[in-house]
Amino acid sequence: MVLADRRQVLAGAGALLVATVLPLPGRARAATAGASVFEPNAFVRIDAEGLVTVIIKAVEFGQGAATGLATLVAEELDADWDRVRLEFAPNDNTRYANQRMGTMAVGGSTTMASAWMQMRKAGATARMLLVTAAARRWGVPVSAVRTDAGILRSGRHEAPYGAFAEAAALLAAPEDVPLKSPGQFRLIGKVAPRPDSAPKSDGSAVFAMDVRHEGLVHAVMAHPLAFGATVARLDDTAALAVPGVRKVARAGSGVAVYADSFVAALRGRTALDVAWDMAAAETRSSHELEAEALRLAELPGHAVVETAPFPVHLPPGSRIVEASFVLPYLAHAPMETLNATLKVTGDRLDVWAGSQFQVLEPAAMAAELGIAEDKVLLHQCYAGGSFGRRATPGREFGHEAGKVCAAWGGPEPVKFVWTREDDLTGGFYRPMMVHKVRAAIAEDGTILGWDHRMAGQSIVAGTPFEAGAKKRGYDQMMVEGANETGYRMGAHRLGVSEMASRIPVNWWRSVGASHTGFVIEAMVDRLLGAVGIDLVAGRIALLEDERARAVVRRVAGIADWQRARPEGRALGIAYVKSFGTHVAQVAEVSRGEDGLPRVHKVWCAVDCGLPINPDNIRAQVEGGIGFALGHALHAEIVLGEGGQVMQRNFDDYPSLRMGGMPDVEVAIIASDADPTGIGEPPVPPLAPAVASAWRRLTGQAIERLPFSRAIREARA
Amino acid sequence: MTTAFTLNGKPVTADAAADTPLLWVLRDELGLTGTKYGCGVAQCGACTVHVEGGTRRSCVTPVGTIAGKVVTTIEGAANAEGAAGQVASALQRAWVELDVPQCGFCQSGQIMAAAVLVRQVADPTDADIDAAMSGNICRCATYLRIRKAIKLAASHLRGATS
Amino acid sequence: MRIARAALACSLALASATVVARVADGGPEGLRAPSAFAGIRDDRKRSLALFAEMGKVIRHPRCMNCHPRTDSPTQGDAMTPHGPPVTRGPDGHGVTAMRCQTCHGDANVAFAGGEGSIPGDPHWHLAPREMAWQGRTPGEICRQIKDPARNGGKTLAALVEHNRDDHLVGWAWHPGEGREPAPGTQARFGDLTQAWVEAGAHCPD
Repeated sequence: MVLADRRQVLAGAGALLVATVLPLPGRARAATAGASVFEPNAFVRIDAEGLVTVIIKAVEFGQGAATGLATLVAEELDADWDRVRLEFAPNDNTRYANQRMGTMAVGGSTTMASAWMQMRKAGATARMLLVTAAARRWGVPVSAVRTDAGILRSGRHEAPYGAFAEAAALLAAPEDVPLKSPGQFRLIGKVAPRPDSAPKSDGSAVFAMDVRHEGLVHAVMAHPLAFGATVARLDDTAALAVPGVRKVARAGSGVAVYADSFVAALRGRTALDVAWDMAAAETRSSHELEAEALRLAELPGHAVVETAPFPVHLPPGSRIVEASFVLPYLAHAPMETLNATLKVTGDRLDVWAGSQFQVLEPAAMAAELGIAEDKVLLHQCYAGGSFGRRATPGREFGHEAGKVCAAWGGPEPVKFVWTREDDLTGGFYRPMMVHKVRAAIAEDGTILGWDHRMAGQSIVAGTPFEAGAKKRGYDQMMVEGANETGYRMGAHRLGVSEMASRIPVNWWRSVGASHTGFVIEAMVDRLLGAVGIDLVAGRIALLEDERARAVVRRVAGIADWQRARPEGRALGIAYVKSFGTHVAQVAEVSRGEDGLPRVHKVWCAVDCGLPINPDNIRAQVEGGIGFALGHALHAEIVLGEGGQVMQRNFDDYPSLRMGGMPDVEVAIIASDADPTGIGEPPVPPLAPAVASAWRRLTGQAIERLPFSRAIREARA
Repeated sequence: MTTAFTLNGKPVTADAAADTPLLWVLRDELGLTGTKYGCGVAQCGACTVHVEGGTRRSCVTPVGTIAGKVVTTIEGAANAEGAAGQVASALQRAWVELDVPQCGFCQSGQIMAAAVLVRQVADPTDADIDAAMSGNICRCATYLRIRKAIKLAASHLRGATS
Repeated sequence: MRIARAALACSLALASATVVARVADGGPEGLRAPSAFAGIRDDRKRSLALFAEMGKVIRHPRCMNCHPRTDSPTQGDAMTPHGPPVTRGPDGHGVTAMRCQTCHGDANVAFAGGEGSIPGDPHWHLAPREMAWQGRTPGEICRQIKDPARNGGKTLAALVEHNRDDHLVGWAWHPGEGREPAPGTQARFGDLTQAWVEAGAHCPD
């Protein structure tokens, strides 16, 4: 894959919004030194050889967005998929903003949904220009030219796209172009292999951490021992004596060490003698924070939902279930730790990163260096996972990288890398959340009342996103999934209390649904169990939306829900809607040798609207289930005495490994509805589906994650 | 201090302190960035290379300990002589055929581990794969496809030799 | 960062408390010399006392971790399951692609990140199943290590030599950063073994 400097190509072009077309004929040719290149808009480039390059505005960190966006363009362009190449867009909001967010960003599983029409129009416009050029040359009406897999045809005429690239580049783009109807799709909904599979299988894909430069300076940072602490005293004598270490400097809240090699920088950091000022630090342990959250969850909280008072008198046969849930802090731990390379040249900054906020993050770096925002060029690389970690509203990593580069002060490129220990101890966790629920169910399975109080940190508190996310006086992302559950909830009250803490928290793959989904489903499961109603039929009766009922029915079907399982195995089910996508999962579980749930197979039915790339949907479901299971079984970030994070690497923050991966069977609901997200929605139902099976298998209702801790504490 | 060894079939000399992890010699000095840093403590397997034909976590391998040895990385795996190269090549094709990678950061290590498995076990069972691949973390959890791709590559190779 | 470790006050305090207890119990190095038992006139009793002293080494996590009853070792002072998950394989050196030597080299290697190390030895491997110690009583372990069918065919003399000179056994006293060494020294452990054998190599019930 070619990672060209797109900014040069597009420099100076008008700020016409990208929704349709951005003609750049002469300029595009000039930029590529005489080659005949057709560049009808900001998303497509076709060269004389017919090679189609799709400019990808989303970060690609495994979710398949690059393939998905290219598929939309290629579909309407009628491109030959084997001749489509990907190129990452530079930092340029005028062309490449996520249209739901107003800036270049991936989040909320919105990439495909927000670009669905935009990318198709980009492809269709390019196709129309090629068709028009061919029609003129051949002297036939535009309607007489057909296209298929990169070939133009009309009667006896036939030519590859490349033959008309130059001619098409000279035409004015049409204002409006017709789009295909779903019945005409040849790539969408079919198999479009990932163009990034090959470079990711032979070591050639360039991640930010792979960027190399002559004269590179490697930088690492010693971060404070507790969140909010600052440097009180620094003795860098021993660090500076480490061979290869070139400089030690205070930067931001910590101390940066600069060296000729990464290893030297690490050894320099080890040799630092730093005393931390803990005056402003969060020194509470997670045990203390949990007690505080439990206390807050006793309060009525800010009323998010309030339909009717909890019924005082319940009909005979009704049952009440009460439970408190504690869901832990969780780290994202993407395989590639945070890193970036920054190079200052005069008044200009070049950044190499796998950025999820491609405009905001480089701008944060520039601000720390006193460089104007329009003098920053991002060279976007592949990103080795994110799960939410690369997108913090305060752009803290960007600011830190900018400070580290500024404190170096020289013209050399500075490569700033977080170690795995930095990653796990560095904050921005899924917040610990406490939920207390009291709910009543009638004998017939009707939910009569649901009193729900929750407490935890808001992920937007104190960030630039706070005003937007708290329009109604509370953090919408904290309660999503608990306010609108999809179930008929009876007399429903939801109250939320915010807990203040300096522990940095952030969205974590599936955001609010990562905890609300567990709580709602665990409660529904126990309520239905309390009145002896089938967990599938009971949910179907309670769910309001036919699309929701359909995924539950479908998953029960493919899992053969009614079939008896062997002794020692049980099925559990959960349904969660997040980011507009309905997902239901059934898990088959036994008790493993280690006493924890052993998940043998997960069946998953998903309705994400029109399936753009079914194989990628399956991949995201498989991966989402594995990601969710690893965390549900083992993972939590614990703050010890003094507020220090206890988990430092994958030995104490365990990941799912090969042997723990269940078989996964996916059913994708056929749909013509506009596409919704798939990166996050497979995550939330997994833990409650396993908990459902575990309850049926053992009688133990899980009220704390991870399972390992809940089960250990229940034994003790 | 210099260390001479064979890297992807060619003699190389690394100019680094003997206790420098091979991983960083490969990445920063020799420019082979396909081998990844994921944990630095032999927990994740992203840095897996072959030393004398066996899997080795390069993040905990002092370069001084591989003097005179034969090292293969993801960049050279498919071009290795004989069966080793055929196996790696078959695995890479299977990885592409099944679109195994998501973020892709761990996949070099996954393929290097799988290459030793498939070279030694022509028809690996699920249990063989679980055991051989237990040291390689994929945070995207592409494990199902890794498993399928290992079996696919192995079956292609058996077909080619039978 | 030195300060980072200093702040792990809780775990450090616990660890040092353990060390203090061992020292008080076992002399200056935590392991008494055979001479400390010379006053026990009865051979059988002296032998048993010597074996109990040897037990401080045998039952130490540095030794027990790789003498599991299952196919997988434990690790660390808390003897938690080995991570990543590993199995002994046909030769005690692991399975294909997941050999002990995939991670463990000929010597301990300090992590470049500055905290802790990965242990190593040229013969790093799991003790065979018949030499399992975890979950066994001292008497069971004692009878087992005397039994040539379960000690790798060793005579008692060979056992003394093994405990005194074997390089992998010796690793227990040089385990690398982040791990508490076995008490005493390997030489003293060898002396104790020899004295135990000379006193009749008696085993507790």
